[in-house]
Amino acid sequence: MRQFFVRSMVALGTLGLLGALSAGSARADDISGAGATFPYPVYAKWAEAYRRQTGIGLNYQSIGSGGGIKQIEASTVTFGASDMPLTAQVLQQNGLMQWPMIIGGAIPVVNIPGISPGQMLLDGPTIAAIYMGDITRWNDPAIRKLNPTLKLPKLDIAPVYRSDGSGTNFLFTNFLSKVSPSFAQKIGSNTSVQWPVGIGAKGNEGVANQVLQTTGSIGYVEYAYVVQTHMTYAKLRNQAGQFVAPSVQAFQAAAANANWAASPGFYVVLTDQPGAASWPITGASFILMHVQSKDPKTAAALKFFDWAYSRSGQPLAEQLDYVPIPAAVVKLVQASWSRSLKVNGQAVWPAK
Amino acid sequence: MPAELILPYKSQLKREARAEAAFKTLTMVSAALVLVVLAGVLVALTYGAWPALSTFRLGFLTREIWNPVTNQFGALAALYGTVITSVIAMLIAVPLAFGIAVFLTETCPLGLRGPIGTCIELLAAVPSIVFGIWGLFVLAPILQHTVQPWIIDSFGDLPWIGKLFRGPPYGIGLMTAGFVLAIMVLPFVTSIMREVFLSTPRSLKEAAYGIGATQWEVVWDVVLPNSRAGVIGGVMLGLGRALGETMAVTFVVGNAHRISGSLLAPGTTISASIANEFTEAFGALYTSSLIALGLLLFVLTFVIIAAARLLLLRLEQRGARL
Repeated sequence: MRQFFVRSMVALGTLGLLGALSAGSARADDISGAGATFPYPVYAKWAEAYRRQTGIGLNYQSIGSGGGIKQIEASTVTFGASDMPLTAQVLQQNGLMQWPMIIGGAIPVVNIPGISPGQMLLDGPTIAAIYMGDITRWNDPAIRKLNPTLKLPKLDIAPVYRSDGSGTNFLFTNFLSKVSPSFAQKIGSNTSVQWPVGIGAKGNEGVANQVLQTTGSIGYVEYAYVVQTHMTYAKLRNQAGQFVAPSVQAFQAAAANANWAASPGFYVVLTDQPGAASWPITGASFILMHVQSKDPKTAAALKFFDWAYSRSGQPLAEQLDYVPIPAAVVKLVQASWSRSLKVNGQAVWPAK
Repeated sequence: MPAELILPYKSQLKREARAEAAFKTLTMVSAALVLVVLAGVLVALTYGAWPALSTFRLGFLTREIWNPVTNQFGALAALYGTVITSVIAMLIAVPLAFGIAVFLTETCPLGLRGPIGTCIELLAAVPSIVFGIWGLFVLAPILQHTVQPWIIDSFGDLPWIGKLFRGPPYGIGLMTAGFVLAIMVLPFVTSIMREVFLSTPRSLKEAAYGIGATQWEVVWDVVLPNSRAGVIGGVMLGLGRALGETMAVTFVVGNAHRISGSLLAPGTTISASIANEFTEAFGALYTSSLIALGLLLFVLTFVIIAAARLLLLRLEQRGARL
């Protein structure tokens, strides 16, 4: 009896070991990256398609832009991803370079009984007042002025913000700082700020969940999360005075005016752009890599990004409602790869 | 006695003496290792926290501000949240645990004692993150739509304590975190109380029954005083768990670095702040402030356990004198 038991344990153990060895999930030659939760849906989709096509995997951890910046500075990953572009000074200090990978938008979402998606009209100064605690109820005169025909309940507003270091947070606070001088002074614009009122949630996913759960809440999430969970989004008034609904066309309109060639380090912030159809909280998500890299997977990573920019990767991004980077800008980006990126002193682009 | 009979006995003695010495050294090394690790953690935390502590000095403990943009940090909000959620948890869990322990040891039918006791202990086997998810998806909506509006309506307008119960019902916040912590801490306190109540000498209880005491009088005047040390030990164990609990609290505490007078408001605890912000904190002062929070929690837990031990010692001395 005991012998049978011991033998069967040994057999099971061997089988288990063989199974584990042949599973092959995260392999040593996977490219590693970490950072923003904003582009996570599209990076995950690209990674899956790329692995099916070439067999090389991409391991991306969506820990927030602040985390991505920290990880690439510590060189624990091959590339970092951030929705907040670093200034030329910071890039030079840390020996990094950045380029835009994908464009998307941050959307204000609400949870008010009786209000359906697209019904609510808001503008920058009103949202700034909500997040500063000056407007505390949904039937406040300022909100009623923007929505004369809506039936707004006497419900307390619960603002939801990002509790982790986030590029989406940067885009949102950047927009509010541009349209509200008191917001710029009291709170400011960064990946992580001190909010005077409201509840914090972790990641785009956390904010989406919190808004869906809490009656009377308002939050800001990336467009893919709004579409996939059918959240109640609000229309925003842009610089031209028009109330626009979030859409791929609205993001493209905002991105059309950007002058990438003239910005060192591709430092362009797309919030509050002119144009009648522009979405006010548009932003590009950036990839960060070391200029003098010692990472042997750099070349493989660049091949992946090239694939993502090409006709293989762009349709996948469009399926998820992201805006691809215009071809002219892709040429500029790849020129910067040839010019600046070196592994052990040698250029890695174009790939040999 | 012939020599052949004495000599092997001597070498066997020597072997045994060496084995004994090796065993003693091994146990001493094990104990020393624990102390070394403890000291190592303390040293590492202090080293990491030094930039923040030297920049902010005592202000770190007394300021509420937590601003990564202007690089100003203070631990007061996190400290307040940690203490308040733990106090709420203990206020709920200790009477409940006492009730359960008394029920299981005194009035429960014998056949049910085993199954009910096992179920309570199974609560301790649930991973804390599962409590967090349950708290966020199940408890928070119930609190937001039913319990909290009732609390605000009933207690919000009372003269002194009304301030504790005012504010919009978010569903998450210090109160919800306190409730979740109470459920997590309950099995530990209950099982220790139950063990200690069971160890009361039967002769004492039967003597009390013999002179006409009721069941309640026996529990309150005989069993509880006899098990004081164990009960306090159990409560301190629960408190230690409540102070350090991370994942369950992070989900439901609201993550707001603010102190407000109301229990219904969102707040933060030390472990929730570190869990949320550590991977993304960039800037030496920000990271150092988070490590300083960790050091603060370490010292706080240490002080509370030391105080509990002193209290137990004094109780034992008083008991011995009786």
